[in-house]
Amino acid sequence: MYGSGIIKGLRVTFRHFVETYIDDIRWLGKRYYNDEAFKARQGPKATGIFTVQYPEEKLIIPEEFRFIPFLIYEETEDGDRLDRCTSCGICAKVCPPQCIWIVRSNDPDTGRPIPSPTEFFIDIDICMNCGLCAEYCPFDAIKMDHDFELATYNRLDNHILNKEKLSRPEAYYASIRPQNYKLEQEARAAKEAAKAERKAKKTLEA
Amino acid sequence: MAENADLGEAQEQAEDQIVEKFKGVVSPDDRQGYEGYLVQAEHLIDFAEKIKDDLGYDYLSSVTGVDYLPDEMMEVVYHTYQSTGGPALVFKVQVPRDNPEVPSLVSVYPGADFQEREAWDLLGIRFLDHPNLQRILLWEGFEGHPLRKDWQETFFEEETKPFKNRWPEGQVYRIEDNVPLGKNVTFPEGFNAEQWTPEADKLIYAGTAKFSETSGSNGRNLETDYVVVNLGPQHPSTHGVFRMVATLDGESIVDLQPVVGYLHRNHEKIGERNTYIMNMPYTDRLDYICSMSNNFGYALAVEKLMGIKPPERTEYIRVMMAELTRVVNHLWAIGFLLNDLGAFFTPALYAINERELVLDVFEAVAGSRMMCNYLRFGGVARDLPEGVLEIIDELVNERLPRRVEELEVYLSDNEIVRARGIGVGVLSAEDAIAYTTGGPILRASGVPYDVRRADPYSIYDRLDFDVAVRYNGDVYDRYLIRIDEIWESIKILKQVVRDIPEGEIQTGKSQYQVRVPAGEAYGRVENPKGELGFYVVSDGKPNPWRYHIRAPSFINLTALEKMCKGQKIADAVAILGSIDIVLGETDR
Repeated sequence: MYGSGIIKGLRVTFRHFVETYIDDIRWLGKRYYNDEAFKARQGPKATGIFTVQYPEEKLIIPEEFRFIPFLIYEETEDGDRLDRCTSCGICAKVCPPQCIWIVRSNDPDTGRPIPSPTEFFIDIDICMNCGLCAEYCPFDAIKMDHDFELATYNRLDNHILNKEKLSRPEAYYASIRPQNYKLEQEARAAKEAAKAERKAKKTLEA
Repeated sequence: MAENADLGEAQEQAEDQIVEKFKGVVSPDDRQGYEGYLVQAEHLIDFAEKIKDDLGYDYLSSVTGVDYLPDEMMEVVYHTYQSTGGPALVFKVQVPRDNPEVPSLVSVYPGADFQEREAWDLLGIRFLDHPNLQRILLWEGFEGHPLRKDWQETFFEEETKPFKNRWPEGQVYRIEDNVPLGKNVTFPEGFNAEQWTPEADKLIYAGTAKFSETSGSNGRNLETDYVVVNLGPQHPSTHGVFRMVATLDGESIVDLQPVVGYLHRNHEKIGERNTYIMNMPYTDRLDYICSMSNNFGYALAVEKLMGIKPPERTEYIRVMMAELTRVVNHLWAIGFLLNDLGAFFTPALYAINERELVLDVFEAVAGSRMMCNYLRFGGVARDLPEGVLEIIDELVNERLPRRVEELEVYLSDNEIVRARGIGVGVLSAEDAIAYTTGGPILRASGVPYDVRRADPYSIYDRLDFDVAVRYNGDVYDRYLIRIDEIWESIKILKQVVRDIPEGEIQTGKSQYQVRVPAGEAYGRVENPKGELGFYVVSDGKPNPWRYHIRAPSFINLTALEKMCKGQKIADAVAILGSIDIVLGETDR
């Protein structure tokens, strides 16, 4: 029959239409601000379509999500900030659009470089969020952020981030990337242990 | 197997014969790390005809130029294949750099048309007897040929990255201040942009006007004029900034010229300034629907040069990602083809709904939904996170088959889709090969050519799948072939998800500065849109000497005119939709 193809198609559209309402009824009362509902309704088992009420609620971001790098500092017991960054410059060298500028500091007495940057700039207008800096940093000092809401009122003044704006505490990193943080801490601990063992061995031999 | 060996031997003999026959004209390219033959310019057409007719190398995959500045020499590189499968026959023509003239191969391989124009545009190599040798990606007011090694952009900082002022003295400045508006363009001498009228447009219109000499013969002895209609560059049906100049007789198309280059950013020059690893995220931005497959092609080319192979698990992950990308791309293509046919956004949104789930997988694995930047030389950036394999499993075994079936139910038999698709924009098998179309376009015209089978890479030779093929070469078949290919991809994905081994994901250590020995390599993959090739030349330094992309969207457009002639203007939109172009890749 001519037109049967169209009727078949409309049946599919109608099913989609109904499914969304059925799904809404299923989640009645748990519709908003519910991470569990997100997970199910976004996932491969979902049937209907639903709307996320952004910015009041946001989709769950996977751990690997990357957006604009930040620098990690550790806090010492007396409240000082200890940059993990040693200004080795690998991130600046691997950065594809070359948006990282690092000022390495020199010891005023000896004139030799000291392992901490005086300044660290990232032009986030140029940054392409590729994550290579974080990937190749040997000190786990630069990591990719999860914060994607970067709108500002003035692009001319606010889009080159300096060290102060880039720095985040270690705890922040642990909160956005718990899995990676755990793995890295383990690797560091193992490295430290190996180092200590070698040292002990050396002193023993001596 | 034995038969294959015999065939290979026969092939070798035939090739030896060619070398014998063209003694003194053709010589093997014996530079370290190079392959193929060097042909003298005056014998090029002769040679091309011979290998096409006698040896069956009828598929001219890639034409590009390389500027060997230190040797004062330009080289044009041709990669030809047999459309029945097998490895490449590479041949090159070397010409002096100050007067690079090479005979055009358009008469032998019509598919060389756009690629030769591109080589002229970007490298200034003149192709003699080319029917329409004009700039294609750049405009007439452009000074110089940017891919020449001595050409510098206005925002030029240094010859190669990394730039020295980034570290350790970090002299920060806004790049924008370096090249203020108005000073970021240079013109050729004597060029006045204010008074300039577009020559190219005139020529395009003139090119279309030649048909009006025959007007008045519409069968009814009515004097009619042809009308030139300009579609784009800001037209919703052109999938981006793309322009079609159509000459119409009533509603029928008598001529149609594609105009590209609005999104040109000189990707290849950027690539030659970059180090090898820096190019990886840039490849994402070519065909931004299929960034995983783009990574794959580039990784293959560089790995070929480096002589390394990724570990087994990585191969599986790569194939998994590439096939998921294919599903995504075809869903997208079908959705938007239907959009072009007038089914406004319902099919597209259903397709995007499924695509979203795959993008969630990409985001969890690679960190970004579209700009994945996931592959590394000899590996991948990171292993699959926990739980992702289960999601992919659920997707390929449950969700996607169900949804693709649904897609078939509500579209394939739809009377409007059939009426708009069947018999529209027909491309014969011969033309499809001659115009070097790739991917679904080629296979919908009855040529079962798929790089995954014809010249297998990665683990495709071990996987069980069929090369989808349809025979009518019209819009409807190009729609159906995409559904077929989704089914084949799902078949591959099922095997990969089932068999993926545990193990390492990186050969050696992933390094930010890789050592690439001097030489050339052509890495090609079956991208969802066609054959994607990366031609990389290394001179042993940290940056590629030449980095060329054979972009399927761009080369598939060569056949657009052929497909559209004689069709109705409304069908041009459908035909373009069925080619499925992405402008990020077309314009590079």
